[in-house]
Amino acid sequence: MTALPRAVDLGLIGCRVCGLVCRNVAGDERLDGDGVDDAMACPRCGSALRRRKWNSYARTWALLIAGFILYIPANVLPIMRTASLNDIDDNTIISGVVELWTAGSADLAVIVFVASIVVPMLKFLSLGMLLVSSRRGSDWARPQRAKLYRLVEFIGYWSMLDVFVVALLTALVRFSVLSRVEPLPGVIFFGLTVVLTMFASMSFDPRLIWDGRNTDD
Amino acid sequence: MTEDSRVEQDPPSRDALPRPVVQQRRFKESLIWLVPVLAALVGLSLVIHNWMQTGPQIVVSFQSAEGLDAGKTPVKYKNVVIGRVKNIRLSSDHSHVLVSVALEKSAEGFATKGTRYWVVRPRIGLGGVSGIDTLFSGAFIGADVGESNQSQDEFTGLEAPPAVSHGALGRSFVLHSEDLGSLDVGSPVYYRRIQVGQVASYKLDADGKGVSLQIFVDGPNDRFVTASSRFWNASGVDLSVGANGLKLNTQSLAAVLAGGVAFQDPPGPHDSTPAPQDTSFQLFDDRATAMAPPDGEPHYIRMRFEQSVRGLAVDAPVEFLGINIGKVVSVRLDYDRKMQKFPVLVGAVVYPKRLGSAYDKLEALARERGENPDLSRTIGRLIAHGLRAQARTGNLLTGQLYVALDFVPHAAKATFDPDAKPLTIPTAPGSFDKLQEQMANIVDKLDKVPFDSIGKHLDQSLAGLDATLKQVNGQTLPAFKHTLDGVQQTMGSANEALSGDSPLQRNLGATLEQVQRMARSLRVLTDYLGGHPEALLRGRRADSPPTVQAPPNPPRQEDKP
Repeated sequence: MTALPRAVDLGLIGCRVCGLVCRNVAGDERLDGDGVDDAMACPRCGSALRRRKWNSYARTWALLIAGFILYIPANVLPIMRTASLNDIDDNTIISGVVELWTAGSADLAVIVFVASIVVPMLKFLSLGMLLVSSRRGSDWARPQRAKLYRLVEFIGYWSMLDVFVVALLTALVRFSVLSRVEPLPGVIFFGLTVVLTMFASMSFDPRLIWDGRNTDD
Repeated sequence: MTEDSRVEQDPPSRDALPRPVVQQRRFKESLIWLVPVLAALVGLSLVIHNWMQTGPQIVVSFQSAEGLDAGKTPVKYKNVVIGRVKNIRLSSDHSHVLVSVALEKSAEGFATKGTRYWVVRPRIGLGGVSGIDTLFSGAFIGADVGESNQSQDEFTGLEAPPAVSHGALGRSFVLHSEDLGSLDVGSPVYYRRIQVGQVASYKLDADGKGVSLQIFVDGPNDRFVTASSRFWNASGVDLSVGANGLKLNTQSLAAVLAGGVAFQDPPGPHDSTPAPQDTSFQLFDDRATAMAPPDGEPHYIRMRFEQSVRGLAVDAPVEFLGINIGKVVSVRLDYDRKMQKFPVLVGAVVYPKRLGSAYDKLEALARERGENPDLSRTIGRLIAHGLRAQARTGNLLTGQLYVALDFVPHAAKATFDPDAKPLTIPTAPGSFDKLQEQMANIVDKLDKVPFDSIGKHLDQSLAGLDATLKQVNGQTLPAFKHTLDGVQQTMGSANEALSGDSPLQRNLGATLEQVQRMARSLRVLTDYLGGHPEALLRGRRADSPPTVQAPPNPPRQEDKP
């Protein structure tokens, strides 16, 4: 594996849009393709030429941290108000899960719990782990980490379940006095969290997993 | 594979490949860090906002947590949410519940001394219905801010909403009454039958001898409470029978059921400056007493009745010539060792001022004479003129007695000590007692009648009578019967003699005929003599041709025997 050369070893870079392969110009700070101060563009289609996703670590970290920060109010603030004839009930995510559980809908409670609590947390942990291990260039369980990344990307949007539930209920349950459902600020934060983590996983470049310097050199 | 093979088959020389062009990045890489910074700012702002919103935490104790819900039940002031119940727990001795309330920042002023908290639940009472909205929205805790600035975080919740909220326009007054009657917190206060306020609270006086009610009269009607206003208990129905007939007087139906207080200025000239806050008034039992002129100083008098006062109860009226001047306050038995009797001591309170101008005149008279114009002196003079207390029957059906101070003619002379304490009014037996006495006298006299000997004599007489009757039966009656038979015989013969075909009757008829004839001839003779008086001397002349007729009716008198 270490014997086989990679594009960077050959001084080549491909355009991701039109497929044109270009050569790096050694000596030119902007065109040497070493990943430092590069400012290359495809001579044919004009799109930026990058060896890895632009600024992947920083962007992923920034978006992940932002998502995590917003995840706190998303859990603390109530996301939904259920107002019936004699009762106004503000529910946070976890209180909704507890309510479903005590009401006997254990299956629903599990679904909501998984979608709203487990998945975001899993995303934070997985992406954080991927970022740290990739930065360190660890060669531990690389294929599994790659699989994990694909999983994270796939399940990312399922976390929007809660947001959809609130949106649907708000639209459907509108019997003015008898009962109504109103979204509360928590759901906005939760939605932002989900979007930001999705962006974070998008901005993470899985190729970084394989950029182990130890094995490369 | 094909691509690989193509690459392998036709490996382009590295230098033949185009070199990339330079394109400057428009964004700095570090700009991406604005995203978490923004998120952090939002989070921070939430925390700050929350911190700003968090007000003081207070604990309110209630008798029961009925209707309260941790995390949900709001605390409201003027229907604005100022806080929320955080949790509910029992006190350590389980006697009440402690409700922790998180007030909002803006409601810091509610964590001060004097703030009152109570639970608003639906209430249905005689005075009305309140808190109906909480049927649907659930109970909430009502708050009313106090005046103090001293902060406090433990409160005792009221069990019922306070009648008057702090800062309401109006004034409160204090009413003193003997008892509470049917009044309650929230009972209406009426002025000319318009509700202008309500009873805010009540409590027993410190000495337990009365009740103090705090009432609140809403502005701007509080100006009608003047220094001389009279308050009376408007509960119930006032049924009076007067010379004009039956009169039923009530306040509104709610007041009849739930009680109420009414006030009005007395008639006539009076001080009509508005009464200041917390002025004390007396609460009268009814309108008539309230509107009556003031009673003035009460005087205690005592009366000593020698006879039974059955039917004389405490509160029985004391009347002077029919005017109610006071009431009986005590009826007690006493023992007189000398006379070996049980006199009854009746205590009464009289208000001489109720006599009105009469009393004023008596006073003036006493002053003219240079005497002490005291009740004792005045009454002493009246007693000398025969004023006595009598227990009289006020109601023949129930036998209720009242005490009448009246001038008794020919009253026995009584000793009166004007300096005695208490003042003792001599008594006279009442009209009913007198009647009883006279009845007793009659019975006594009847007792003296020798009914026994009368009976004996009567018996003897009756025996004699019996003998007489026997004699009558045996002897007199047969003789009488004999006599009667004789009489009957006589009557029979008389009847025979008088019957139509009897010889006597016939003879009588013949006789009468003859007499008739005789009378006719006599008339002829007298007529002739009338025409020819000379015939007496010369004798009858030869008959002339008959011209004179005999009269048709001969005079009857001459016919009768």
